[in-house]
Order: sequence, then structure tokens, then C-alpha cells
Amino acid sequence: MRKSIMLAVLGCVLVSGCARLLPDVKPYEREQLADPIMSFSRDPISDQYLDHVYDVREGARGATVSQGGGCGCN
Amino acid sequence: MAENNTVRSCWAMLRLVVCGVVIGLVVSGAATAKVPAIGTVAPDFTLRSSLGKNLKLSEYRGQVVMINFWATWCAPCRQEMPELNRLYEQYQRVGFVLLGVNVDDNPKAAQELSAQLGVRFPVLFDSAKQVSGRYDIDAMPSTLLIDRSGTVRYLHRGYRRGVEKEYEEKIRELLRQ
Amino acid sequence: MVVTEPAVGRLIRRRYIRPIHQAGVLFILFAGVPAARAVTLPEDRADLMYHYYDGGGVTVSGPAMLVRKSVGDSVSVSGRYYVDSISSASVDVVTTASPYRDKREELSVGVDLLHGNSLASVLMISSKERDYQADTLGLNVTHDLFGGLTTLDFGFSNGKDTVGKVNETFQMDINRYNFRLGLTQVLSRSLLVGISFEDIAEDGYLNNPYRYARFGNSIMSSVPYPETYPGARDSQAVALRAVQGFSTASRPLGMSARMDYRYYRDTWDVRANTLGFTLQRYFGDRWIGEARYRYYQQSAASFYSDYFTEVMTYMARDKELSTFHSNSLGVRFSWMLPKQQLPFFNKASLNFAHDYVYFDYQDFTDIRTGQPYSFGANILQLYISGWY
Repeated sequence: MRKSIMLAVLGCVLVSGCARLLPDVKPYEREQLADPIMSFSRDPISDQYLDHVYDVREGARGATVSQGGGCGCN
Repeated sequence: MAENNTVRSCWAMLRLVVCGVVIGLVVSGAATAKVPAIGTVAPDFTLRSSLGKNLKLSEYRGQVVMINFWATWCAPCRQEMPELNRLYEQYQRVGFVLLGVNVDDNPKAAQELSAQLGVRFPVLFDSAKQVSGRYDIDAMPSTLLIDRSGTVRYLHRGYRRGVEKEYEEKIRELLRQ
Repeated sequence: MVVTEPAVGRLIRRRYIRPIHQAGVLFILFAGVPAARAVTLPEDRADLMYHYYDGGGVTVSGPAMLVRKSVGDSVSVSGRYYVDSISSASVDVVTTASPYRDKREELSVGVDLLHGNSLASVLMISSKERDYQADTLGLNVTHDLFGGLTTLDFGFSNGKDTVGKVNETFQMDINRYNFRLGLTQVLSRSLLVGISFEDIAEDGYLNNPYRYARFGNSIMSSVPYPETYPGARDSQAVALRAVQGFSTASRPLGMSARMDYRYYRDTWDVRANTLGFTLQRYFGDRWIGEARYRYYQQSAASFYSDYFTEVMTYMARDKELSTFHSNSLGVRFSWMLPKQQLPFFNKASLNFAHDYVYFDYQDFTDIRTGQPYSFGANILQLYISGWY
């Protein structure tokens, strides 16, 4: 129990400390990040399709940019 | 079997750290909320504008000034434009001025979009982000109200539908002073 | 380590339900924090696509459609319709049965709710083909922190599948749970990184009722033998991704480079690595060109074998569970339509993508040739997108 609390506190301290170290990008400096080519998934319809093509033919699944469902890929 | 125990305790530790990290993020997120510059004198600035000439804030001393920081890539900023236009057209004849400070890297994009949205109030180009920096802008859009003596009296971060009624109340209050 | 059926439920509860309760409390706290900096609803858009796959004796094509519309300030609804028309003469099919045609239809509906710094989404997916029905219900919460520099993602899905066999009264079930966690962090004006984790736990009838393993002293002298699979499968995947923007002569942000990496492992002993690189560049104001490369490698499931010399508790010959790797190279071209020509939309694009993927199997033999199996496939996409 004590170990859990210690670890949770460690997590908090780590993150609070790290947050101060991370570079601060002001809201008015976010223009480039808002560009479609900076997105992890510019066109969801295309990314979902390609993820599905690979999913059906591979053993690995999960942790992709699109959220899918069961599809009869047996 | 011993190997499985090690794997299991590693996962247990990881889960605890993840939960701790999530708590940490929430706490830090709430703690970094900034204090507004209400009650201080609005820093003066000069910027190139859509009217073809430079505009200086202190020239508007004696009028009620609303400064709206916006960008073409910011969706809530675009949503807000028609409302700001309406406020400007309604109150500009009684001593109210609306300055739209745009922070796009490319001022041409700002000019194109404001023409498309039918913006009537002056748009100022802060592509160097110096004015945004001096005003310590921490949200897009940001809307400030400055009274006749040049003091910041009101600050609103972001945009949600209905907030323009709040703006209108505050403008009328400051106009009466 | 093979996990048995009732153990999966206990595993889920112990591993994820309790932390979910903890996380749930946190999200109630989130909801209470005043909206200083808000997450925004996903963009309103509609996409219409034609997709085409051809490789390894299999051709799959069909339309796909996605529509999203915001209702008021804090709600967005979306719908997706997708069809796979399958014509299959794959190596599995031709060596044990005869070529077939099938059609799979998938319909999904989603609702997104914006509240302060959080976006909650519900997604329902239903997929149907002659011998397979899959229904999924998913829940996701996205939360912005540090003025939007950090984004936390948390998701949970439950899926129920019904596995059948054409022209037979055969019906088995699968129960599936997905648990997702993700974090995206802005590191600079032009650098974004993300890490995500997904655990999938399923139990039920997990093999293909038409497929056979092979039994004999050598692959060429082997005969078909029924497959038996464990009744449960639990997997974890961890992914890291980063995208860096670059300036070009004509634009401050003219080009971007993205890297994706994923490590996967499951209780069937499958271990896989995926690595992808994507380069996107603006050409003038109207064109975006993209080039991408993907490498995938996996090691076989513990109960997989090209052929079995003795009967085992679990026996599988699904090439998706074998040792193999694949390389794919692709391009995508997007053309922004001129604004003046659009009646209803304020932005639209026409897109074409072509990927070529080559699969190389190490321990799956093509019994028509006696050689380890390999094949290449072409993946084509043609779609139009409109924003309104």
C-alpha cells in the first residue's frame, strides 16, 4: 500500500518537474502544428482503410492511429 | 515461473506509475492557469493594419477598445468573427473601437480570410508575435477590453457561443464611464 | 503462457477495471476544471472513397464513405459506411477448397461530446458478411493539458463476434475487450510526439473454421488436419510516433517527416515490430505529395507450424501467425480544388494513393510449389474530401 502511494507521488513529482523543463510553445505560435501535414492522421478514411488492410494480413493489432472494430478477419 | 512473477510485478509498477503520471498531469494542468493582467495599463504598440497604415493603440485613448487576438488556423477564432463584426458595427459610432490582432506567419492569409468573412473592423498584423508576447497571450482567441484611460478591465480566453452577450454588457458598462 | 477462458475476465478486472475506476475519478475531476483552454470538436467533413486491393490471388474492392457534422457547439456526429467485395483464390483457399466471392459491409455511428478540456466519444460499429458478424461499442476520452501542449487519450471497447460457416449450421462466439491509452506532446513549434498503448483480450472461437493445418513427415507429403486454437488471446501493443515540420523556400511549413514504431506481443507468443516513415511536401499551394515506407516483421505463434509430425493440443497453420516480414512502399497525391468552383463546401481535395506491399514467409510453404510462400500486392485508393 505504502509502495503504491510512493510510486504515485513519484509519478506526480516526475511529471510536474518535467513539465517545467519542456519548451513552452505559446498558443499564438501553434500555426505549424495546426497544418494538416503535421497531423498523425490527415485523412481518417484513408488511414482507417490502410490499417485495416494490414490488420487482416498480420498477426499484430492495436496501437494504430485509427480506432477500429471486429471485421471477420479470421 | 519466477520469470512470470517478475513480469507481473513490472506490469504492476508500470500501472501504478501511469496512474500517478495521470494524477500529476491533472494537478500540473490546473496549476499552470495564468493570472490575467486586469487593472494594469495596456502596453502600447504600433502595427501595420488592413487600413493600409500603421495603427497605434494610444491613439485610441478616450475610447473603449476591444483587442481580439486571432489566427486563420484557429477554428473558434473564425467562429467568433461574425459576432465581433456585429458588436463593432453597433457600437463604433459611440466611442467603441475593435482591433483584430492577427498572429498568422503570413499576413496575406489573414487579409484573404477577413475579406471572405466580411470583417469591417481593422485587422492588425502581428506576424512577429511581439505584441502577443508582451500581452502574455495564453489562449487563442483572447479578447481584452480596455477602458478610456487605457487600463485593461476585462479578459476572456477562448470562445464559446453566448459569450458575445458578456462582451456587450461589459462594453456598455465601459462606455457609460 | 496460454491464458484460459475464465481467466481472461479476471485478468481484465484485475488489470484494467480497477485502474479504470481510478482513472474514472480523475476524469470527473477533469470535468470540474474550468474551461480556460478548450479542446475543439473534430472538423466537419465528408469523404467518399473507392478502394482496391489485389495480391496473393485475392481481390478486394469497394466504396467507403465518411460523414461528420457538428450539431451546435459541443456535439459532433459521424457515420461511416464501408464495403469489401472479396474475390478470393488465395493460397489457403485454392489448396483446400475452391475460389469464392463474398461481401462484407460495415456501418459505424459515432457521437462526440465536448465539455471544457475534454472530448468524450462513443462509437458503435457493426460489420456483417455471410459467415461473420461483428459488433463493437467503444468509448474514448481525450483531454487537453498545459494549454493544449499535452493531450491524454483513454479508450475502452467491447466487441462481440459471431463466427459461422456458409451452408452449415455452425455458430460460435468471440468476446473482445480493448483498452487504449495515449499521450501526445508538443515539443516545439514544429515537433509533435506521441506514445500509445493498446491491450486486446479476446476469448471464444478464434480460428477460421475453413482452414486446416497439415500433418505428415514432410510438407509435401502432409495431409490436411483440423486446426485447434486456444480459447483466449491477450495482446499488448506499444507505439511511438513523431512528426517534424520543415520549412521550404516557399513556405514556413513546407514539408513534414513522420516516424511510427510499434512493438507487439501476445499470449500466443507472436512478437512483431512495425516501422514506418512518411514524407509529405507541399508543391505550390494546391498539391501535397507523400511518400511512405513501412516495414513489418513478426515471429510465429507458439502453436504454429508449417506441418505437424505429431498431434499437439493446439495446432495452427494460419500464415498470419507464421514467421514473416513485409516491406511496403507507397505514394499519395492530394489536390486542393479551387475555392471558386465549390457550391456547398468551403474546401475540398481529390486524392490518389498507391501502395505496393511484398510479403515474405519464412515457415509457410506454398504446397503448389514446395517453396516458402511470398507475394506482392497493390493497394489503390481514390477519394474525394470536402469540408463545410
